[in-house]
Amino acid sequence: MITNSATDRYQGIEPLRPWAVTRSTRLKNLSRSLAFAFVAFLVTLVTPLAKIDGWAVAFLLINIAWIVGQTSRLGVKERRDAVLRVVFTSLAVLAFIPWMSIFITVLLKGYRAIYPGYFFSDMRTSTPEDEFNIGGAGHAIVGSLIMVAIATVVTLPLGILSGIYLTEVRGRLTFLVRFIVQSMAGVPSVVAGLFIFTTIVQPMGKYSGMAGGLALAVLMLPTVSRTAEEVLKLVPDDLRSAGYALGARQWRTAIMVVLPTVKSGLITAGILGVARVIGETAPLLLTSLNTNGFVWNPVGGTVASLPTYIFSMFMYGTEYSTSRAWTGSLVLLALVFGFFVLARRLGATAAQKAQTDSRKAKKLKKKS
Amino acid sequence: MTQQNVDSTKTVPQQFDASPDFRGLETRGAHAWFGTHHALADVSLRFPEQTVTGLIGPSGCGKSTFIRLLNRMHEFIPSAAMAGEILLNGSDIYAPSEDPASIRLKVGMVFQKPNPFPAMTIRENVLAGIKLAHLKRDNHDDIVEQCLSRAGLWKEVKDRLGASGGSLSGGQQQRLCIARSLAVEPQVLLMDEPCSALDPGSTLRIEETIKELAEKITVVIVTHNMQQASRVSDFCAFFLTDGGPGYLVEADATRKIFTNPTDSRTADYVQGKFG
Repeated sequence: MITNSATDRYQGIEPLRPWAVTRSTRLKNLSRSLAFAFVAFLVTLVTPLAKIDGWAVAFLLINIAWIVGQTSRLGVKERRDAVLRVVFTSLAVLAFIPWMSIFITVLLKGYRAIYPGYFFSDMRTSTPEDEFNIGGAGHAIVGSLIMVAIATVVTLPLGILSGIYLTEVRGRLTFLVRFIVQSMAGVPSVVAGLFIFTTIVQPMGKYSGMAGGLALAVLMLPTVSRTAEEVLKLVPDDLRSAGYALGARQWRTAIMVVLPTVKSGLITAGILGVARVIGETAPLLLTSLNTNGFVWNPVGGTVASLPTYIFSMFMYGTEYSTSRAWTGSLVLLALVFGFFVLARRLGATAAQKAQTDSRKAKKLKKKS
Repeated sequence: MTQQNVDSTKTVPQQFDASPDFRGLETRGAHAWFGTHHALADVSLRFPEQTVTGLIGPSGCGKSTFIRLLNRMHEFIPSAAMAGEILLNGSDIYAPSEDPASIRLKVGMVFQKPNPFPAMTIRENVLAGIKLAHLKRDNHDDIVEQCLSRAGLWKEVKDRLGASGGSLSGGQQQRLCIARSLAVEPQVLLMDEPCSALDPGSTLRIEETIKELAEKITVVIVTHNMQQASRVSDFCAFFLTDGGPGYLVEADATRKIFTNPTDSRTADYVQGKFG
């Protein structure tokens, strides 16, 4: 009843967004930016400012000059606000440039050697300077995944447990544990490799994926542990109190209330750890070395990995092998990105999933 | 320093049921400290079964500290200390043989700020206590419906039990927290200003809930709202502080506290003359 009369009464009133930027303003802003960019280019031709960095400086100065001109009629505060906005926007873009530059370089140099077989074949029957349609880095991908999996299986429980100890138990050793974790973060990766070389590789008498995975675990633990601690600190004490008030013991509360609340954060801790070690080369040269074929057995001698594959391909030095190395780098980047996407999916709690589901359902309703 | 304060002949309040086989919650000469700060002194009170007791008094007079003593939440503060006896159906909950977790199972608590578990759905929130305390229950669906109904929330959420507990409004979240604490079937429910952040409608619902709960269990509620105290409670206890530790001024039937209190300070407080 009420809804019917309401729809009748408010007929003809459309929802508006007066705060939204219209298309014409956006077009105007874009064309002005392009014009400024061109002017900045002209400036680099006639002044000592040169190349991309010189152009960036000129571009920034022109923008500031323009914004100062625009706001000259307004007060000092408004002008300062406008100038700072330009400066901070440019700094944000500036921080974005190296990241984009790395990504584009790897993409441009690496795409040539990609063909489906690159992911499934190894280098036993081909040499680094062969055409791009034979051989591949499948063995290196498998080796890297196995070693990172070993490192994750070892460090994720350890990291989360030490995080729980530091934030939930707060035992007498809190200071010592935090101190050790922090100093471990400063261990050079080659030292971690040497440590595993003397404790595992030498006694076993051979290089192995297990040794490589453990060396990576040494480097991964501080990252996972620190991140897990920071994430667990974010859980409000209210929730712990609620758990205790329901008659739960500390461990039960930690595992059933605290951990699920920050599940996605803990998975991110694991991913940060993986991203930290997946490109490590030095410890692997001392523990798993490199090989040309698929090795599925983690204790079956030398194993290839993406970093050592990239390293050896670069060392070979021919045009084709260098391209293969770039492709390896591209695969490495894609793997880390893939892990992040996967982690986001896994990290959603049942409650969050219910929320996104209802949102999706609403969208579908609107469409139909 | 613990025992000298405990003089049961002097401290058992006469205005409540004083029979020796008293059932319910009782404190005898309870004190509380935070480090060297003496926060609460010599509180002796009885909370009989199936009654609602309102704790009133100005901020900082130790009401919250007092109810946190009653289910052993006080000891989570690292520098906390206490003295005196707190008896549940005659047995001391601070006896060395008592397990704090099982005490908290019997003496539940609802906090000032709604704190549903954000990672759990509404249904999971209600059942959280059962899982956390390893209780054996088969009829989970019945428990969810029963507890949410008793907390006055069932009608509003029955079609979205799978939604996140955090997606509810503040008042609904608080009622969810009440439902959650009911699911473990406590003998006593402590409520620390449960309505302080709620709108009048939600407050009314929660007050109705409290009255219904009192048909089965003991309820102790801290409140700053005098109307609320007079509406929901059977007994009232008035706390005060003179700069030192908080202490109990008087405790009596609610009607007497509000119409004809023994202490003039109580009269001034309930009539809004200070505090």
